[in-house]
Amino acid sequence: MKLIHILPLVSLATAVCAAPQSFDFKDPKGVNNAVFKLDAPLESINGSASGISGTVSFDLENPAATTGKIIVASESLTVPNPMQKEHLHSANWLDVAKYPEITFEAKSLANVKTDGNVTTADATGTFTLHGVAKEITVPIKLTYLADKLSARVPNLKGDLLVIRANFTINREDFNINKGQYEDKVSTTIDLSLAIAGASVAK
Amino acid sequence: MKKALQLFAVLVLLAAGAAWLATGANRGWTKTSVAVKTLDPVTGIDGISYEKKFLPGVDFLGAAFGGAALLAGASLFFRKPKTNQTNKKIPT
Repeated sequence: MKLIHILPLVSLATAVCAAPQSFDFKDPKGVNNAVFKLDAPLESINGSASGISGTVSFDLENPAATTGKIIVASESLTVPNPMQKEHLHSANWLDVAKYPEITFEAKSLANVKTDGNVTTADATGTFTLHGVAKEITVPIKLTYLADKLSARVPNLKGDLLVIRANFTINREDFNINKGQYEDKVSTTIDLSLAIAGASVAK
Repeated sequence: MKKALQLFAVLVLLAAGAAWLATGANRGWTKTSVAVKTLDPVTGIDGISYEKKFLPGVDFLGAAFGGAALLAGASLFFRKPKTNQTNKKIPT
C-alpha cells in the first residue's frame, strides 16, 4: 500500500481519537457527591448530596473546549439532623418539591493549565438554584483516567473523568431567605464537588 | 408520690447525662445518622454514605433538663405525708 493511501486513514484515526468524549456522570457506584457547609452559631451545618447526573464533553487534546451540565437532585440533599433536613427541603428554604434540580452548565473554560492527565481551569457557566440562574466562575480540576472504567465497573471498557471543584455561593443571590435568619445561618454556602464520569469505549 | 416524682426527675437527668457522655458528648445538635466516608481507590473520591446512629446533642440534654424540671415541679403539688404525732402531756 502506498503512503498516499495510508495518510487519509492515519488522519481519520487521529481525528477519531482527538474527538471530544462524552462522559456520563450518573455513577452506578454512588460515590459521586457534592458537599455543602453553612456556618451556624452552635455548629456548622454539614451535608451532602448524592443524586448527581449530567454529561460533560471533554477533549484530551483540547481541554479548553470542555462543556457540560451537572445536575444535582435537590431531594438528595442530606444532613444528619432530621429536623434540619426537613427545614432544608421545605418551601421556606430550598423548596425541593418546586425546584427539584440544582444545576451547573459550564459554557467556557479560562486559565487552562494541563500537566499530564490533570487539567486545572476556571469554568464559567450558569448555576441554577432555587429557580434562580446566575452566571458564576468556578475553579475546577479535571483528571482524565484512560482505560480505568473497567477497574470501577467490571465488563465495561472506557475512560473516566474526575471533576473536583470547591467554591462559595451566597444564598441571598438565589432568593433563599434573603435578609432573613442571618444570625442563625450564614448567607455563604461552601460547596465541594467530587464526581467521576464514565465514557464507555465503542 | 412527691418522693417518687423527685426520684424520677433525678433518674431522667442521670440517664440523659450518661447517654450523652457515652455517645461522645456531642456539643452540637442531635443527629440520627452519621456520615461515613469510603475512599474509591480508582478515582480517589471520598464517597459519603449515612449510617443510622443516634447521637444525642445539647438539644437532647436540654429536653432532658426540661423534663426533669417538669417532674420536679409537679412534685411540689403533692404534700409531704404527715407523720402521726401524738401530743403526749408530760406528767408534772
